[in-house]
Amino acid sequence: MRLEARAAPSRAAVILAPFVAVLFTLAVAMLLVAWAGAPIGETYALLFDGAFGSRFAWSETLTRGTPLILTGLSAAIAFRARLWNIGAEGQLYAGALAAVAVGGLHGGTGFDLPASVLFPLMLAAAALVGALLLLVPTFLRTRFGVDEVVTTLLLNFIVLLFVSMMLDGPMKDPTALGWPQSVSLRDDLQLDKLVPRTRVHTGLVYAVVLAAVLAFVVRATTLGFETRAVGANARAAAFLGVPVTRTMAIVAVISGGLAGLAGAIEVAGRTGYVTLDMSPGYGYTGIVIAMLAGLHPLGVVAAGIFVAGVLVGADSMSRGVAVPTYIADVIVAVSLISMLVAMLFARYRLRAT
Amino acid sequence: MTAARPAAPGGPEVVLRLAGITKRFGDVVANDNVSLHLARGEVLALLGENGAGKSTLVSILFGHYLADSGVITAFGRTLPPGDPAAALAAGIGMVHQHFTLADNLSVQDNIVLGTEPLWALRSHRSRARSKLMATAERFGLHVEPDARVGTLSVGERQRVEILKALYRDVRILILDEPTSVLTPQEAAALFATLARLVGEGLSIIFISHKLNEVLRVSDCIAVLRAGKVVATLDSARAEPAQLAELMVGRTIRKPVPRDHRRGDTVCAISRVSVRDDGERASLDDVSLAVREGEIVGIAGVSGNGQQTLAEVLSGLLQPDAGTVSLAGRVMRADARAWINAAVARIPEDRHAVGVIGDFAVWENAIAEHYAKPFSSAGVLRRSAARRYARALADRFDVRGGGLDAAVRSLSGGNVQKLILGRALTGGYAHGDDFTPALIVANQPTWGLDVGAVAYVHQRLLDASARGAAVLLISDDLDEVLALSDRVAVMHAGRLTPARATAEWTRAHIGLEMAGSSAVPHAA
Repeated sequence: MRLEARAAPSRAAVILAPFVAVLFTLAVAMLLVAWAGAPIGETYALLFDGAFGSRFAWSETLTRGTPLILTGLSAAIAFRARLWNIGAEGQLYAGALAAVAVGGLHGGTGFDLPASVLFPLMLAAAALVGALLLLVPTFLRTRFGVDEVVTTLLLNFIVLLFVSMMLDGPMKDPTALGWPQSVSLRDDLQLDKLVPRTRVHTGLVYAVVLAAVLAFVVRATTLGFETRAVGANARAAAFLGVPVTRTMAIVAVISGGLAGLAGAIEVAGRTGYVTLDMSPGYGYTGIVIAMLAGLHPLGVVAAGIFVAGVLVGADSMSRGVAVPTYIADVIVAVSLISMLVAMLFARYRLRAT
Repeated sequence: MTAARPAAPGGPEVVLRLAGITKRFGDVVANDNVSLHLARGEVLALLGENGAGKSTLVSILFGHYLADSGVITAFGRTLPPGDPAAALAAGIGMVHQHFTLADNLSVQDNIVLGTEPLWALRSHRSRARSKLMATAERFGLHVEPDARVGTLSVGERQRVEILKALYRDVRILILDEPTSVLTPQEAAALFATLARLVGEGLSIIFISHKLNEVLRVSDCIAVLRAGKVVATLDSARAEPAQLAELMVGRTIRKPVPRDHRRGDTVCAISRVSVRDDGERASLDDVSLAVREGEIVGIAGVSGNGQQTLAEVLSGLLQPDAGTVSLAGRVMRADARAWINAAVARIPEDRHAVGVIGDFAVWENAIAEHYAKPFSSAGVLRRSAARRYARALADRFDVRGGGLDAAVRSLSGGNVQKLILGRALTGGYAHGDDFTPALIVANQPTWGLDVGAVAYVHQRLLDASARGAAVLLISDDLDEVLALSDRVAVMHAGRLTPARATAEWTRAHIGLEMAGSSAVPHAA
């Protein structure tokens, strides 16, 4: 048996790939559920119910989905240019910290500026910090050929330790009974609730609007053209007059900025302050979401909500049957692998020799 | 080997027979029921365009590919399919177009490598040496066994490759495009060697797409087209025009040069040097001027700095010393500035550099001009771009798949037409309004079929007639001589002065290609 390239990947196969991958993943997860000794049908019913079965379930899924859509967009735009940003997790934390640095209640009151000024400043600071965190590895890559997978990945740990230091030091909340958490964000900087008596906040609107904007940029602008050109063939792009280094830098700013924004919006919409456990790996999960979405910004919205549903649904399912919530992590991880294999089969066919 | 040797009654003994070889790759039939036979002491030429199925056939013969059907018989025995070792054991050897030698080993080590058991306590150097020298003597292939291969010229390396096969007691030798890297003198020496091998009773399969050399060296010619053997002819009775037609399947019109005036200098290179950085060959104090309406050809064995020169003249590489100017203006390495200065650039590696394979035809058509004129305020003017691409595809006869097909799926000829069209149209919807100031064409016809070659040549001649200055870089000497008004020869990063084509002889160019100080010696 061997792989043989298809003349052209069929459009249907490209569109179907994520669905096939998800179905395959759920089938694999079934084995684990059976192993845990739980009834498969009931387990999946509970998982689905917990994710999408009620107004409350939907609201929780969308709340969880908001940062995931943003980190998914971050990965999608970077991966389009073959800039392998594995650092969204660190960029998210840095963005969260920057948001609190600008809009937090330092000394009990914070900066004496109206919310209409401070709010955009807060978002800008978060995006800027995230962007800088990716610009440095991007520069090292374009200038010296340093592998950005390594640098962005390792920066995550550096950022996390830096955040930890700040949460136990200058930005520590003195009223938090010794817990390592930052001072709170000013009340008037926090995002409104989208639906009353739920946790869904207007951050979801930001995420979806940004996805739409990015979809336009990717499809219709010269920047989108340049991004794809650099990703598809950097040598040809340089020959054709595409400013490769500049394009990479712009992509880095957008990607890092989106991840930074994810942190700020998470603080302003949900937590109100920074803790070291505010992200259960949103940055890494964003990579899975981007791949499931085929790097398409609107696909990221759908994939983000799907993954959020799995995570939220697994929480509620584990209360009903004896399957640990870790099944959610398995599903997310396996879906990435299946997606990669599905994409392989969209481009190649298997042939028995 | 002790195989039975059935002698064909009334004719020479057949040493190799391919019967009904068929090989498919997906929907593509690479070999379609190919049957051939090779007699003892015969040179059989496999003639065909790129993609005609020559390489696939040889790979099947060697067991690298598994044929879908068909049988190979060598010296009366059926070769087991898919077993390279069996082909070697049967006495079949091959000299690849790209040599498979270790530069850091001596000639002898390269030749002996693989013939001795890996775990032997001592190698039999002196015995190997005497066998090697005897083989070299017998076939008139002079080599220095202790020389490091890295220090040898291309012609000498090819001799080592041939000797390597002979050392393994090969009875059938396959040569894949053996002259593509040689100077005319080296090629002549190779042909003399082949005659000697045949005289010693070897049989040779000579793979080529060059008609003249095929006619010169072979006894028998098999023409392949689209995977099929379309004709098997006696070389003595074959005509070049007839062969070309068989190869392509239609009549080819010869390009017609047009009389026109040569104008002012468009592009001037002055004392340009580029250091060898390990990735590209160096340029050493190169000067050249190309005038309006003039075609200047750069001849030379590839790898002597032509690619570096093309990169400098495409706005990709800043020379370490010297200046490059266009219409009197000094240019820096900035691809977009060169595009905007109406320089039409045709890169050597059309698939990896000239186009983006994953992009659609229409996107590649505007890829040099997406910023200007095919966008406004950063938004692509999609419909204008597609209109332009459609007109370009019509005018330059780009076929296959339509505007939205990925360029990856196009044939090499169509990719080259797309690149040519893009370069010569310069982003103007009505291509006739535009003539490039300078055309930098690097190996513009490499690997193209005869029809596409004629097409590209005609377009270059037409553009020069309209006033474009053309720099033609090619390692195909026939092409350079046929098209150029003036010719300069490149060797080891140095460029001879450009002289009128009529002032050169082939022999003289050959000497310059080898670096005039080092006169190549015949084998």
